[in-house]
This record gives sequence, structure tokens and C-alpha cells, in this order.
Amino acid sequence: MNRNYELMFIVRPDMVDEDLNKLISTLESSVTSAGGTAKSEVWGKRRLAYRVGKFNDGIFVLMLIEAAGAVVHEVERRLRVTEPVIKFLTVRTDEELKRLDKIKKLRDSKKKASAQPAAVAAPVTPATPEAATETPASAPV
Amino acid sequence: MAEETKAPTAHAGASGGESRPERSGGDRPERSGPPRGPRPGGGPGGPREGGRKFFRRKKVCKFCVEKIEAVNYKDVRLLAQFVAESGKITPRRLTGVCTPHQRRLSRAIKQARNIALLPFAGRAQ
Repeated sequence: MNRNYELMFIVRPDMVDEDLNKLISTLESSVTSAGGTAKSEVWGKRRLAYRVGKFNDGIFVLMLIEAAGAVVHEVERRLRVTEPVIKFLTVRTDEELKRLDKIKKLRDSKKKASAQPAAVAAPVTPATPEAATETPASAPV
Repeated sequence: MAEETKAPTAHAGASGGESRPERSGGDRPERSGPPRGPRPGGGPGGPREGGRKFFRRKKVCKFCVEKIEAVNYKDVRLLAQFVAESGKITPRRLTGVCTPHQRRLSRAIKQARNIALLPFAGRAQ
């Protein structure tokens, strides 16, 4: 049962790009070898909102994972033992994505539905704005 | 721990004191109006006696109006609008966010705090 996860982790700011890439690729390969997919995105160095340990900044990395829960668990364990990683957060997103999909579909269908009657009702509409403009003008007097 | 808990509350108390008078002044009549029966003149947001010069705009949910459905912890700029200077989540009655969106918002803010995108207390450095 594959689910979507967002895994964000912060590594110490003085980490070399090479090591970071190596870390990311090992994490990705551990996901893909277990039958999932992973996509990473390095946000780069950012200021932390509060001090973590002795660090004020960190390199943020976002990983989009589609895999079973056990795989994510394993990745989390790896992050915990990897010393340069100072913080991480996993969020399950599949239900949220499903919800957003549903809303989007609903909106699209509404748009289509409203577009068709509007074309039909177009000749009628010019009459109503005139009436609408007249009433507010007369109301204050 | 005691120090930690003391500091934010003191901070929040100060900031709350600053922001409350102007906000709750207009807020209270609107909320407590219905149970107390008819209000003298003017609908909610109407002109009021007592030297109030401005119309009170009805607060609307930003997320409903702008049709922002995805409230995500990564969107720090959006979340920061709903966090007080003390780092607290601003209550619904002040921001006008609707209940379902406030729920999502507060969850997102808490997630963002966990990953050091938003501060737990105080301003981000």
C-alpha cells in the first residue's frame, strides 16, 4: 500500500554539497529499492526560526516520497543516525492530495456549467445591470 | 521550564494588550449584539454614534475568498500572516478565518514550527 509522504529535513549549514548529494541519493535509493518513488528538492540555506543545537541556519531539503509506511520509517531511522541532519519532519499527504483533487474537479465542473448558461443568457444580462445601476442611484435620494 | 513558560506569556500579554483595545472595541458589540436584543440603529458595520469614523468591515475568511485550498506548512509567508508577533496563532475571532480553514491553518503552523520555519515563541531571528 503506497502512500504519498513529504519528508523535509534540515542538515547543518556547513555541509558540503558533495556530501549532501550523496546523502540524498542514498536515501532515494533506499526508497526506490523498496519499491517506492522519491523526488528531492534542495531549498538551499535558510535561516532557522529558532536555534537548533548551535545552529542558526540550515540547508533545507524536501523529499516527496511515494512508498509504504515501513519504507518511510526506515528513512526516518537513517536520518536519525545521520549526524549532519539536525531536524526532520514527515507529513502524509495522500489524503490531502485526494481532497484537493476532488475540489479541483468540482470547481472545473462548476466552471463548465456556468460557462454554458452564461453564453445563452448573454442577451438578457445587459438589461439587468441598467436596472441595478438605477436603483442605487435613487435609493440615497 | 518555568522560565520558558513565563517568558512567552508575559510577551503575549504585552502584545495582546497592545492589539486588543482597537480590535475588540469594534468586535464586541457585533458579537454580543444578538443575545441582548435589538441594537440601536445601523447593521453590523453600519455607522455608529460615539465618534466612530470608519465603517467596520465584515471580516471574511481569507482562504475562502482567495480560494486557497492547500494550507501547507511550507508556505511560510501565508502562515506568518496568522501568527502574532509573540509567535502565537491568532484566534479566529480576530482574523475572521472560518472554522475548517482555521483547523488546517493551525495544523500547518504547528508543523512549520516543528521544522523551524516558524518560531514557537517570539519573532523569527
